[in-house]
Amino acid sequence: MKLSGARIVLECLKREGADVIFGLPGGAVLPIYDVLYDFKGLRHILVRQEAAAGHAAEGYSRTTGKIGVCLVTSGPAATNLVTALQDALMDSIPLVAFTGQVPTHLIGNDAFQEADNVGITRSATKHNFLVKDGNDLGAIIKEAFHIAGTGRPGPVHVDLPKDVLVKEWTFEYPETVHLRSYNPTYEGHPGQIKKAARAIVRAKRPVLYVGGGIISSDASPELRELVELTQAPVTQTLMGLGAFPMADPLSLDMLGMHGTYYANMAVHHADVLVAVGARFDDRVTGRVDAFAPDAEIIHVDIDPSSISKNIKVHIPIVGDCKRVLSRLVEAVREEMRTYPQSGVREARKQWMSQIADWKRDFPLRYEWSDEVVKPQHVIQEISTLTNGEALIVTGVGQHQMWAAQYYRVKHPRAWCTSGGLGTMGYGLPTAMGVQAGNPGRLVINIDGDGSFQMNSQELATCFEEKLPVKTVIINNGGHGMVRQWQRIIYKERYCASDLGGSPDFVRLAEAYGCTGIRVTKPSEVVPALEKMISTPGPVVLDVWVDKHECVFPMVPAGGANIDMILAPPSVDVRDKAAKSQTGF
Amino acid sequence: MSTDDARKHTIAVLVENKFGVLSRVAGLFSARGYNIESLSVGETLDPTVSRMTLVVHGDAFIIEQVIKQLHKLIDVIKVTDLSEEDHVEREMLLIRVNAEPAARAEILRVGDIFRAKVVDVTATAYTLEVTGEETKIDAIVELLRPFGIQELVRTGKVAIARGPKTRLRKVEEKLGKPKSAAPAQPQDPRVVGFAD
Ligand SMILES: Cc1cc2nc3c(=O)[nH]c(=O)nc-3n(C[C@H](O)[C@H](O)[C@H](O)COP(=O)(O)OP(=O)(O)OC[C@H]3O[C@@H](n4cnc5c(N)ncnc54)[C@H](O)[C@@H]3O)c2cc1C
Ligand SMILES: Cc1ncc(C[n+]2csc(CCOP(=O)(O)OP(=O)(O)O)c2C)c(N)n1
Ligand SMILES: [Mg+2]
Repeated sequence: MKLSGARIVLECLKREGADVIFGLPGGAVLPIYDVLYDFKGLRHILVRQEAAAGHAAEGYSRTTGKIGVCLVTSGPAATNLVTALQDALMDSIPLVAFTGQVPTHLIGNDAFQEADNVGITRSATKHNFLVKDGNDLGAIIKEAFHIAGTGRPGPVHVDLPKDVLVKEWTFEYPETVHLRSYNPTYEGHPGQIKKAARAIVRAKRPVLYVGGGIISSDASPELRELVELTQAPVTQTLMGLGAFPMADPLSLDMLGMHGTYYANMAVHHADVLVAVGARFDDRVTGRVDAFAPDAEIIHVDIDPSSISKNIKVHIPIVGDCKRVLSRLVEAVREEMRTYPQSGVREARKQWMSQIADWKRDFPLRYEWSDEVVKPQHVIQEISTLTNGEALIVTGVGQHQMWAAQYYRVKHPRAWCTSGGLGTMGYGLPTAMGVQAGNPGRLVINIDGDGSFQMNSQELATCFEEKLPVKTVIINNGGHGMVRQWQRIIYKERYCASDLGGSPDFVRLAEAYGCTGIRVTKPSEVVPALEKMISTPGPVVLDVWVDKHECVFPMVPAGGANIDMILAPPSVDVRDKAAKSQTGF
Repeated sequence: MSTDDARKHTIAVLVENKFGVLSRVAGLFSARGYNIESLSVGETLDPTVSRMTLVVHGDAFIIEQVIKQLHKLIDVIKVTDLSEEDHVEREMLLIRVNAEPAARAEILRVGDIFRAKVVDVTATAYTLEVTGEETKIDAIVELLRPFGIQELVRTGKVAIARGPKTRLRKVEEKLGKPKSAAPAQPQDPRVVGFAD
């Protein structure tokens, strides 16, 4: 069958089960848009800036488990997309991104809207392709989806020269892919799994530390089984939130720089730390030589390069979380039959009571005020009103951390945040993609006034495409996270952290055809949230909060997790942090 | 994490012989801040596979990451740290050196000792070709320096494992012989090895 390259692209997407594309047209991809004109079975969502197409595809992907697809034109569109690709790479989100390219015979000629797309995206993707021969189109797209979705997931970029799209080629879509150079390991090594089971069963102070890998491999049921069997407490990374229900008594909530006191203390004192689908990021470990110093560390990860990258691991297991965990559960069960639990029963009881003390004495807390809205309060109320059942997206900054601390995520794939890259502006476009993939679900974007302004143009997309995303702006009149660092570390020399010239977000929402609501008093928070949830269509809720509020606990940069502070720090700690070279 | 056993490692990498592979490997080194001392590339018996020889400086921890990161590149088929096994390393040097009549005999004598070949002669210069281990190449360069070196070029190291069946060879075999039965492919390992 002979088809134009443009039609081949869309036929391939259909065969891969894609139902939504996020995109924005331009000269080089117009042949695809021409086919799209009357193509059945693919919804195209027209964004207002290309990075938004990428982020929307990320949100779609994380919450549906499918591979997100976006399509943009050559040159400036491709460069706009790069931020979203790098974001997806850092957070292991599977995407297939298409860009247009000048015709093959003009490549390298400084042609109109030419950029070295594959050169630019090479380090921002798991893999990329420049299609030079239309006969390879089917095979390349098949490989792109295969690579994006298997192993450690990530973004794959396919660059499409215009002549390849225009000319006709024989279309054959391969049923399967075989790449001799790419064979991710899914099954963990049985000997290593047995070793891990032995360590877990003998542990006196075990902690499970789980991350985004549990989400991407849908391993929550297996994790639950392991927890039930071992009764070990579970802490989750920012990317792992929802892997384990945060309301469960065994949940220690998030660990790391802005994690809970009890999570960081538990990890610090653990004798066996089981890391599953988490990558020992510096936000999590703090000073590495002081991270879990007494623990035997077991690490399950599909990417061998994650293992022993930052922290020396004692029992590495390369494999898929889901499969390894289900084997591990069997192995632990087996081990429990032979190893008398009486040996550790007493120590385990003490451990759980120690953890309970930490939880009781140092819970997450903030000062209540009758005058000014506390940001934590807003998020707590969102959590209560939605019963943890909403799909949550965040921007980047303080509000993101408060969302992580105070929203009790109940389910996997219900939490989207930019963890690795920390991309301000991620919120609204990602929420849009989440909504497109989950029609009828309540999608709440908890955003910052700074972050929101980096992609607020997407309100137009929400309005036009009938994506009823609810945005709650935690409006502290500036770059709160920057202000926090300047307050705590840079001796209150506030520089470029206030956003005085922000627009009236209520009127901005209305200008886009959306509903705008403002809250300035604590008593208005709940009614306004209720109104937001019950109002059809996209809503922006602008909540004026206390601009002086800081996120605590906090591990000052360069510090050990055990040195976390629960209130503004001493001068000593401040000066040490000011010299640290790791930023937020 | 770091340890103090930093040294040079010679790493052999089999890659798909595809557009862009070299830039992926080179890009990896710059993106991750690894020190690459030399890189050489050539086809293998299977024309769809290229072989790169990299010389990288680092401690055990860095080298482990280098190998893992190389592996992670989709087009990389196999990575072997040859420094971990018995192997032969060679580098080739082309060097053009001033050759005044009075110095000619001495230059040739040095060349002889190093089993260099004279590949070009002019009224005022000799161009020599030398292969050998890195230290040997360094040594001849030093000996020729006093005569006045006009220009020199080194290929960077290539390396091959000794022994009847090395891990890398097995993979090359598994990948299959060249698809078109090319007549009389040179089977002499020295073709790749620059053995002298
Ligand atoms: C302002 C700010 C503050 C932050 N503070 C914190 C903080 O206090 N605490 C915190 O935790 N984070 C924090 N982060 C996020 C942090 O930067 C990292 O993004 C996060 O910790 C990484 O989460 P993760 O370890 O779960 O890894 P991810 O990035 O989710 O990576 C997943 C890991 O699992 C592996 N994997 C993927 N799929 C599979 C599979 N199928 N099977 C097995 N393994 C798999 C991958 O190889 C990878 O190693 C902060 C970010 C920002 C922007
Ligand atoms: C694209 C981008 N630019 C800059 C930063 C650095 N940065 C991190 S948090 C932050 C402030 C965020 O402000 P806002 O969205 O209002 O959130 P808040 O901290 O006030 O809750 C900045 C500037 C970033 N993470 N991303
Ligand atoms: Mg703000």
